[in-house]
Amino acid sequence: MVTATTPRAAAEASAVYVRDVGKVFRAADGSDVVALDGVSLSVEAGAMVSLIGPSGCGKSTLLRLIAGLDPPTFGELRIGAERIAGPSAERGLMFQEHNLFPWLTVRRNIQSGLVARGVLHRHRHEVEEFMRLVGIEAFADVYPHQLSGGMAQRAALARALVNHPRVLLLDEPLGALDQFTRMRMQDEVLRVWEARGTTMLLVTHDIDEAIYMSDRIAILTPRPGRLERIIDVPFARPRLRNHPAFLAMRASILEMLHFTGSAGEVPGGVG
Amino acid sequence: MELVPLSSNVAESSAPPVDLMESIPARPGAVVPRGFGATAVLAPAVVALVALAVHAWMPNLQPEPLTGVDTAPVWSHPYPLLAETILAVSLAAAVGQGAWRPLRAWVQYYAPLGAGALGVVILWDLVTLKLNWMRLPFFPGPDLVFSRLIADRGVIFESTWHSLRLLLTGYLAGVCAGLITGVLIGWFPRVRYWGMPALKVVGPIPATALVPLAMSLWATSFYSGAALIGFAVWFPVTMLTTSGIANVRLSYLDVARTLGAGRLYLIFRVAIPSALPNIFVGLFMGLGASFLTLIVAEGVGVTAGLGWYMRAQQGSMEYANLYAALLVMAAIFSTLMTLLFRVRDFVLKWQQGVIRW
Repeated sequence: MVTATTPRAAAEASAVYVRDVGKVFRAADGSDVVALDGVSLSVEAGAMVSLIGPSGCGKSTLLRLIAGLDPPTFGELRIGAERIAGPSAERGLMFQEHNLFPWLTVRRNIQSGLVARGVLHRHRHEVEEFMRLVGIEAFADVYPHQLSGGMAQRAALARALVNHPRVLLLDEPLGALDQFTRMRMQDEVLRVWEARGTTMLLVTHDIDEAIYMSDRIAILTPRPGRLERIIDVPFARPRLRNHPAFLAMRASILEMLHFTGSAGEVPGGVG
Repeated sequence: MELVPLSSNVAESSAPPVDLMESIPARPGAVVPRGFGATAVLAPAVVALVALAVHAWMPNLQPEPLTGVDTAPVWSHPYPLLAETILAVSLAAAVGQGAWRPLRAWVQYYAPLGAGALGVVILWDLVTLKLNWMRLPFFPGPDLVFSRLIADRGVIFESTWHSLRLLLTGYLAGVCAGLITGVLIGWFPRVRYWGMPALKVVGPIPATALVPLAMSLWATSFYSGAALIGFAVWFPVTMLTTSGIANVRLSYLDVARTLGAGRLYLIFRVAIPSALPNIFVGLFMGLGASFLTLIVAEGVGVTAGLGWYMRAQQGSMEYANLYAALLVMAAIFSTLMTLLFRVRDFVLKWQQGVIRW
């Protein structure tokens, strides 16, 4: 992507600032459910930050607010200096389900961001590059239902990247994959992150995944959803999943979540 | 790089559309029911011989009709000619499939079906002309019906042409209107607020109950007939389009919005494609409704077409002509259904392996 700004300004423009943000939903019985309560978080440009916490802690809600799909009830969200007022091609999103459009082939799915912005004619060549980047080029002309779960998520990743978003929001994108595919895809996402320098926010249930991938881990607690603390992950990549320091950090996060989360687990919370 | 087969191991979570039709009939090349095999290819020839023998040598208990008696020799009457043609074609096919492999699956698939169809005609010949269990003038035999089909082909052809024009005009108008109202009601909440109650009140009225209204609104019977058919098609198409649009998976819309999609993209590139399986259910229901309405419309205002022809022949007690028109109608309507199935298979090819209906 060609931008007229200096590198520093461009980097600054892809930082995410969340200041004292809250989100209140009206439940079916008329009562208010506080999904997020006064969350503040800054993610510097190019960082990989994980959001973890038990279900009901509002981590997916926070991601939707940053994506601009829902407005916050209070507080402010910014990308760089710009207030988030709605969804934008500058903030890509990936879900646990691949959500590829089943009526389009893989290639056309990946192109869809370019088509939506009316710039396909100028960027068509990049579609092949993105398919190569995620290793899906052999499946360009098949329909999504013909893909395995891992391949479908690769295609979804390419689709989310095709608009060169400044920020990529990942809502448990690997949650539905089997263990082996999942570990391979973690490396794939890291490779893309390192290659492109995109700011990434990753929502996950998986503590290992959070430690393996991110620069920092934000731990949220439920009802109401609050930011409990932020942990730096100081290890160099590639990380060893069975390194004593890795395991120690895992144990301490588990301990934090144990007394703050699982005791209050209630089904049907806001995920 | 994962080594995965290109088969579906991803559960598609979108709900399958309403079950309207039986599953798609097996095509040539599909598994032939066991027990036929090589003998199957000769079945039509055998049945054709039986048909000829029954027709030529069994005495006729049904009296000759009063008009239009064919004096040509028996073998050259339309029904025996048909049986002779089937005999020749099936013998040729039996030989041909031995010599040319690509023909084999096709012949083995269709031969038993052809034999079965001809068997039904033999039964028809037996209960009418041969045994006179079913009597004239109401139940003519196949030979009489086929000869009337040939004798009156000019009028029948013209009636068919008129019916087709009326049917397609009404159907296409109804489909266009139904798609537009369906998308509007399905997508815009404010349109839905006003449109849905109106649809629920107006839609269930049988088109045939609106005959007097249509005849007062349009002076020419063609337009009033087309309007009635259009109305009958419009309702199911609107209903199914609406539900398809309103039930688009929200995450598809969310993803599209984060890809920079505007409203037009969301409607035309996300909502409508994802509603297509539902829309096709509406198109099939509409097609069925259009056949019904066509025949009713041709019975009241319209003075042309197959429905009109059948009614006129019934009036003059020419039941053989009526059945001849019925045969043509069956051929036309089932062809139209088949064409719509083909269109659906082409448009929804992305669904293959996911949903069968």
